[in-house]
Amino acid sequence: MMTAVQEQYGKKRSEAKHAVIAGLHKASKNFGDVHALREVDFSVRAGELVALLGPNGAGKTTAVKLFLGLAKPTTGSVNVCGGNPIEPEVRMHIGAMLQVAKVPETLRVREHIDLFSSYYPKPLPLAETLALGGLQDIKNRVFGELSGGQKQRVLFALALCGDPDILFLDEPTVGLDVESRRLLWEEIRKLIARGKTILLTTHYLEEADALADRVVVINHGKIIAEGTPAQIKASTAGRRIRCVSSLAIETVRSLPGVIEVRRDRDALEIHAAEAEPILRELFMLDPRLSGLDVSSAGLEEAFLALTQDRSNAAHV
Amino acid sequence: MATASTTFAATSLERPVGRTLAIYFKEAKYELLTRLRLRAYSISTISFPLMFYVLFGLVLNSKDAPVGGVGISTYLVPTYATFGVMGASLFGTASGLAAERGLGWLQVKRASPMPPFAYFTAKVAISMIFSAVVVLLLLLLGITFGGVHMPVVDAAKLVAILVAGSLPFCAMGLALGYFTGPTSSVAIINLIYLPLSFCSGLWVPIMFLPKMLQHIAHFLPPYHLAQLALGVVGAGQHESNWTHWQALIGFFLICLGVARLGFQRDEGKMYG
Repeated sequence: MMTAVQEQYGKKRSEAKHAVIAGLHKASKNFGDVHALREVDFSVRAGELVALLGPNGAGKTTAVKLFLGLAKPTTGSVNVCGGNPIEPEVRMHIGAMLQVAKVPETLRVREHIDLFSSYYPKPLPLAETLALGGLQDIKNRVFGELSGGQKQRVLFALALCGDPDILFLDEPTVGLDVESRRLLWEEIRKLIARGKTILLTTHYLEEADALADRVVVINHGKIIAEGTPAQIKASTAGRRIRCVSSLAIETVRSLPGVIEVRRDRDALEIHAAEAEPILRELFMLDPRLSGLDVSSAGLEEAFLALTQDRSNAAHV
Repeated sequence: MATASTTFAATSLERPVGRTLAIYFKEAKYELLTRLRLRAYSISTISFPLMFYVLFGLVLNSKDAPVGGVGISTYLVPTYATFGVMGASLFGTASGLAAERGLGWLQVKRASPMPPFAYFTAKVAISMIFSAVVVLLLLLLGITFGGVHMPVVDAAKLVAILVAGSLPFCAMGLALGYFTGPTSSVAIINLIYLPLSFCSGLWVPIMFLPKMLQHIAHFLPPYHLAQLALGVVGAGQHESNWTHWQALIGFFLICLGVARLGFQRDEGKMYG
């Protein structure tokens, strides 16, 4: 009975490559007066890795909690593997990695995995889970003795040990050093190679770029952009120019390629697609320009640019 | 969108009973390992009642003056056993739940297909095992060093009563686990546990307490469990056993109700 259903599910799954496997439909979530998500509409297709990119407090974790059935949308709906994620049957197809302040520290790595594997109908063999998480050498260590990167890899292993169809990874590399981050990226790529569907949240554009097929940018509870990493990078790339100048804001704003200008005391802050043409113009217009500083736009500017683009587009 | 959701029609992967039992077993096994390795829990819950018994029942009791018709070393076995059972139950359920709930671990488990009841059952079952161990060790101490004479049947009865009587305190622990935070829970448990033990006559025999406290004791659940245990050695207050059981059952139901409120409140916060 059970195997028949599973076979059926497996067959449908392979037929349904690229079909929607999880989605939020006009989902909003309010915590009191705080609007964590506002009418968010997006879906994850079978076999792809979607990165939900946004700054802290953008609503990424809330979106993941809706997908996991740990929170219920105030309005709208959630669908994962054709069902509601609060149902245990649906949860058997889901793996989750959440941000945890403290994990029971006296259990060994292999013991944690053994327990979580038992929750799922067809878990991976222990050796395979350990290999996927890169944990073979530390399987007998107790959790409390592990480094930050190792702890994250154990939580990652707990998400994948049940051999789920879809994994939700909430900021899997937050707080990790560069090397640990790259190690975890390797593990995530192994899962993609196995045909898993993954939704991960991150506030690193670099991480989304390195892993994702598709990036969904979220800020203030709203989706502000969606596309391939290349598209997102193109729309967020830009330079920040800071200089002391007596030029009027309006004059600078009218220069071609300028996205935004702000005055910060006696300095101007200009965000532009490219720095060089703007600089040429600036030097011509104001020979006494000083205190020049050019840097690449950070994520904050990128988000600003994205929202700016959107409102411009809306006006046009 | 419509076609997609029909393609991924919810599959009913019902778990066979055997596998569900296996989850309950594993959950309990790892709860036991966690607690054994948490020295703060395993050592203090077992050694405090034993240490108190050695001090007041053996060392400070040279004459073995009779209390309630039996020697003090015999009288203090059931009372310190009640004290130990309460500690094992309260700390075993409340502090673990408060920490795991408050620091996000419970949420990771809730996101998995774990049956929620397995989590609570494991906490209660392992607390009961610790309770049984405390009672057995106290009996062993009393028989070996305190000149306690007790037929095997009575000893078994004492263990059975105290382990069954630990349930209301496990429920109280679950309730406290829901209404205390990860850092405050141990302090709050102590604040309730220690005065409650004293006023129920678990440290000093009840008849040595001021009259007023003796009256108040009738409203305290540990008093009723201690009286049931003392009845086994013939040193109870000669009240009806049924009254004591009723008091404990009533308290058990109240605590379960409060724990359930906490569970629903949490679910409501997460899923509401």
